[in-house]
Amino acid sequence: MSAAHPRAITRELMVLRVCRELRDGMVVNLGLGVPTLLADVIPADIDVLLHGENGVLGYGAYAKPEEEDTETINPGGAHVTLRPGASFFDSTESFALVRGGHVDIAVLGAMQVSERGDLANWMVPARGVGGIGGAMDLAAGAKRVIVVMEHVTRDGLAKLVRECSYPLTARACVQTIVTDLAVLEIVPEGMLLKELAPGVSAVEVQARSEPRLLIAPDLREMRF
Amino acid sequence: MNKLVASAEEAVSDIADGATVMLGGFVGVGAAWDLIHALARHGARNLTCIQTATRIEMAPLIEAGLVGKVITSFPAYASADRISPFEEQYKRGQIELELVPQGTLAERMRAAGAGIPAFYTATGVGTLIAEGKPTAWFDGREYLLERWLPADFALVGALRADRFGNLVYRRSGRNFNHAMAAAARITIAEVREIVEPGQIEPDAVHTPAVYVQRVVLSSGAGQNGAGR
Repeated sequence: MSAAHPRAITRELMVLRVCRELRDGMVVNLGLGVPTLLADVIPADIDVLLHGENGVLGYGAYAKPEEEDTETINPGGAHVTLRPGASFFDSTESFALVRGGHVDIAVLGAMQVSERGDLANWMVPARGVGGIGGAMDLAAGAKRVIVVMEHVTRDGLAKLVRECSYPLTARACVQTIVTDLAVLEIVPEGMLLKELAPGVSAVEVQARSEPRLLIAPDLREMRF
Repeated sequence: MNKLVASAEEAVSDIADGATVMLGGFVGVGAAWDLIHALARHGARNLTCIQTATRIEMAPLIEAGLVGKVITSFPAYASADRISPFEEQYKRGQIELELVPQGTLAERMRAAGAGIPAFYTATGVGTLIAEGKPTAWFDGREYLLERWLPADFALVGALRADRFGNLVYRRSGRNFNHAMAAAARITIAEVREIVEPGQIEPDAVHTPAVYVQRVVLSSGAGQNGAGR
């Protein structure tokens, strides 16, 4: 099986789809990688407070060169802007608010998600050492975890799996998965296919997923 | 009371072989660069280094072969193409790794500073992090017992201090610095500006003087979020 489905959507569209889950007043944390792209596309008509593990609430889009401030960064270390109403605090506060359940949505990348919603996103065993950062705290503490990732690996292997073979970040923590082919929800019965990328079929998504997918009665095309 | 020390060299001169040293900073922002480089030159060996990542603040010490153990949340990046000096030494068995989720790392420091020997957290339950650690159930959820993390020294970066050791940080420069200052027996602060006691508005003090033992004026050489 070739890795890239010809009608797989771009990362930018995946991020726009995630954006539709955001509501005015939410506190949202964006993981490293694809999720960070979200900061640039949050609609101007809603106030979302972006939380960064580095101790910031209310950062904004990436800074233009003339806007760069050396101490205004996102958790990945990129220079960002601040939205009006932003605040800074220390690392214990930053994680107390995660562990205390004050983050509405954590948007995280993933290497594997199991049909129970187990998440693996910090270590490739072949590499030997990984990087956890704040991922375990967010997976355990956020009210809702949305995973955004390519549906299969570069080599075409399924990332939606029955059991994660990579070391876990947290058990049963993922609620929603947005991929370049589909949107799925973890429900008590398993993995529910809810939306398809334009031109992609449920059969094609099933062929690239290990678990037997449940099909939502109102299965529809993704909107951005 | 005067905690001002004339130089970074003098401030780190009693850090001995085998010491446990916390390094503040987040991707270089808020790091005490003069102190880190002074410690690398000082040459104390077999250090245990505590920092949220190995790649930036710890790098001068790891590259000088002075670190025997790291306690960190980001030893390496799975996506990185290049093997870091930490990974090279780790794979050769020259350096020990204690991997800690970032929030647990912060809370272990806070606990040490507050005299709390252990605490429960949901972070890490059911993962490799939980191996060998007791768990308990509270109100229907399983939690992991984590221990405090004290240190001999903390090297913290701040914007401003007075000679009592009251500190003010700027923006993301605060990060782990406050928790480290409280957790370490001796905290050395490297600051960009030193003012007289009373010139920092009492409500604006981020880290009160009680947690800081020495203050050094920064040369500014590494203050621009350097190292990324």
